[in-house]
Amino acid sequence: METQELIKALAADNQRSGRPMTVVWTGAAVVAIAVAAGVFFVLLGPRPDIASAMQTLRFPFKIVVACVLTLSSLSALRALSRPETHPRDLLTPLIVAPVLMAMAVLAELIAVPTSTWSARLVGTNSLVCLTFIPLIGIGPLALLLLALRHGASSHPALSGAAAGLAAGGIAAAFYASHCTDDSPLFVATWYTMAVAILAVAGALAARRIIDW
Amino acid sequence: MNGADDGDLARLLRMALGGDERAYSDFLQNAAALVRIWARRRVASVGLDPEDIVQETLLAVHLKRHTWRTDGPVKPWLFAIARHKLIDALRRHGRHARVQLSDVEGNLATEEAETARDWEIGRALEVLTPGQRSVVTAISVEGRTIAEAARILDMNETAVRVALHRGLAAIARRFGRK
Repeated sequence: METQELIKALAADNQRSGRPMTVVWTGAAVVAIAVAAGVFFVLLGPRPDIASAMQTLRFPFKIVVACVLTLSSLSALRALSRPETHPRDLLTPLIVAPVLMAMAVLAELIAVPTSTWSARLVGTNSLVCLTFIPLIGIGPLALLLLALRHGASSHPALSGAAAGLAAGGIAAAFYASHCTDDSPLFVATWYTMAVAILAVAGALAARRIIDW
Repeated sequence: MNGADDGDLARLLRMALGGDERAYSDFLQNAAALVRIWARRRVASVGLDPEDIVQETLLAVHLKRHTWRTDGPVKPWLFAIARHKLIDALRRHGRHARVQLSDVEGNLATEEAETARDWEIGRALEVLTPGQRSVVTAISVEGRTIAEAARILDMNETAVRVALHRGLAAIARRFGRK
């Protein structure tokens, strides 16, 4: 087939175009959050003392940093679903959550006695955290990967990792309202590890399913 | 045509996305010319046909045109797609290089006899269902409109449109893969 002939066929198919990416990302994000909420409320639910916990500094901070991670990785993911996006342009938004986390860790190290550091870091829920964040996040990850597949990413593994970070952020925000370990030392260790599991899963899956 | 500036391309593509088939055809012509020049410089030394890259890029542009930001420039988007397809082609080429060499030796005589160039898209056509293939051929090779193709093939127009769309998607999936 000559290129001219191909162009005729493509032009004749003009009426059928894919759903706009804005619609797809909005839909995927909303459904991902709904799925995470569903799994969370069925399996765990918020801690009983959530009202008084909200009055503290550490508990709301966990949720805020998870929400920041969600928003920044969703925006990076959305940009990465377009072929022309350079990964280096996304460093600035993606660095916000880690910087917040690092500052909180520093503040915690200054605020509490050295003798309590390891107890705060180990906490009591590390295994629950490592189990439930990936469990709550896996559905959202699948949805975000589907939306990513609808796009045209030039960097499949990186985009998949961004999808994992976003799914991890959503899952962490819900899980944080259940968990009673509020120390930034705990959050920086175990939450990060749990989110990293999703990011790696996202990168591996994306390399397989993104085949445009 | 080769010197198309980005504003003109963007205008054409916006009109195309608004449903203007004529503007879409013009846009694809311009895009093909740009990618042809771009690809020629990059594949000459490795023995790939730049026209394969052009065709594969046009198919990807078509199926992924919803990823273009309607308020952004066209060329960075277009060349990013072309680059993605070029990398794909080079990777396949590298993988099949040894096989192709022995193929070429055996087929040298027959290939010389052929006058028409056989691009990869021709092989991709083979994977279509008979229905899809007759619709795609009627519209592309024979240059029929949707309405004419429907009449000749005794189908309704919606069925022709569906077969065309699915056929093009199948060609894009199949392109160059063995």
